[in-house]
Amino acid sequence: MSIVLIVAEQQPDGNLRKASLNAIAAGKQLADKSGGELHLVLLSKDPSKLAEELKGSGAKVIHTAAAPEFEHYLAEVYAPVIAGLAQELKATFVGAASTAQGKDLLPRVAARLKAAMATDITAINGSGADITFTRPMWAGNVFAEVKLNTPVQVISIRATEFSAVAGAGASAEVKSFQPKLEASKTKFVSFNEVKSARPELTEASVVVSGGRGTKGDFKEVEALADLLGAAVGASRAVCDAGWVPNDLQVGQTGKVVAPKLYIAAGISGAIQHLAGMKSSKTIVAINKDPEAPIFQVADYGLVDDLFKVLPALREGIQKLK
Amino acid sequence: MKILVTAKRVEDPESKIKVKPDGSDIVKEGLKYKINPFDEIGVEEGLRLAAAHGGEVVVVSIGPKEVQEQLRHALAMGAHKAVWVNHTGPLDQLGIAGLLQKVVELQKPDVVLLGKQSIDDDQNQVGQYLAEFLGWGQATFASKVESLESAEEKAKAPAVKLTADKKSVQVVREVDNGLATLEVQLPAIVTTDLRLNQPRYASLPGIMKAKSKPIEELTPEKLGVDVTPKIQVLKLASPPARKAGIKVPDVATLVEKLHNEAKVV
Repeated sequence: MSIVLIVAEQQPDGNLRKASLNAIAAGKQLADKSGGELHLVLLSKDPSKLAEELKGSGAKVIHTAAAPEFEHYLAEVYAPVIAGLAQELKATFVGAASTAQGKDLLPRVAARLKAAMATDITAINGSGADITFTRPMWAGNVFAEVKLNTPVQVISIRATEFSAVAGAGASAEVKSFQPKLEASKTKFVSFNEVKSARPELTEASVVVSGGRGTKGDFKEVEALADLLGAAVGASRAVCDAGWVPNDLQVGQTGKVVAPKLYIAAGISGAIQHLAGMKSSKTIVAINKDPEAPIFQVADYGLVDDLFKVLPALREGIQKLK
Repeated sequence: MKILVTAKRVEDPESKIKVKPDGSDIVKEGLKYKINPFDEIGVEEGLRLAAAHGGEVVVVSIGPKEVQEQLRHALAMGAHKAVWVNHTGPLDQLGIAGLLQKVVELQKPDVVLLGKQSIDDDQNQVGQYLAEFLGWGQATFASKVESLESAEEKAKAPAVKLTADKKSVQVVREVDNGLATLEVQLPAIVTTDLRLNQPRYASLPGIMKAKSKPIEELTPEKLGVDVTPKIQVLKLASPPARKAGIKVPDVATLVEKLHNEAKVV
């Protein structure tokens, strides 16, 4: 029987990273298709609260380990513990959400397990021993079906492609284990959080993004976002210019979003950017340039100045309410 | 300080990638090739570190003879010498990390700088595999706090900071919801994010000089690494096409469509 081990991610503020719920859903699907069971692992200074939260998520067992060293995530500290547990459980699959942490951690776990890895999987195909994964390549212009030919397989999961688990399933067994910690050559120094009152970009159902067309003035983008309860996103150009924090970047090398509604204001729509938002349900493009590539993916396009359109759009939507 | 940097040969990020009708590969005709943009940032950071602390930059690339173009490009930017691992045929991230491990053991660098991901495979794995294989610390997605237009950027100082005792580096990393700073003991693995620096252009004298810089040739056999891929790519496909959209004449129509047709506001 196969064991699927999913790493649940604790954010720096102690809460569960929401993308982990999507990763757990993918893990459940993988366990069902491969004929196995789902296990979770949670490393924390104090894992009890999150373990409680995850009890109904469909896992058979939640493995928890507590240590003061787990307070600040470090790949070098986490990887040996997770790889060690995977070996002990004889896990066939190890996975996590494709977050910054997932991407930093999993290849190190895979290296220790001599396992091949697929990054950012968007689908699980096949059944039994013939499981394959679908994953994007070339900035989402190509989707590849890959097979991992190692006894243990490692995957990072694109959260937007799997619906989050509801959390009302049968109660998981919580098992704590004694982590074997290794000396680390890496030291945590600090974390500077970008605080925002708006919803998290990857979790928002509406995203309003601004590009070079804003000339650095995000007031109208933010005003529309606040009216819609939306997250604010940005193109690479505006992050590079330092106009908005880097963690707002949507794209191949930034965040991948798939909201119900994506409004791109003053964004030309370079391949790099499209890779991060092409799966949104409805896409609106507002751009002065009628030839901008963003219009090729937009459901509704409006060729005009965003500084005229956005206030009018806000007014129009307000009237509906 | 000895710095090893990678220079993967990839399709120009601006090129339109199409899948062959049988799904066996992408259409290669007419494509231009470049050094992976993240690797180019790594070369730049390596050059800045070498300029600030003395030492040399060695650039490595794995692939057929064409990858020498990318090695020459890095040499023209200012890298001192190059290592070419001559290999034709498929390779996966395990194979690449295995080869790089041997190159590191031969070169004995203090820092290895790699791009955080290559824009063809988009795997984002090799640096982390390599760190674990070597038992070194890692700082992935290295960035910097200041914007690219800051005075520091203009002064071309390295963003990867050597600590006072010269035994570690301090690296600012781009993570979800903010920036994390780590201190990693040397020798260390650093992978570069977009905002670490702005790579320099190769100057004409640089290009001329690059022609006479040495390229050492190695092979997987010489390095004793089995590179049989464990990641098997079965089939490539184009993403599902989006239904063609419409252009609306004014905001009123847009609001009406969003409300009644898409039902999203």
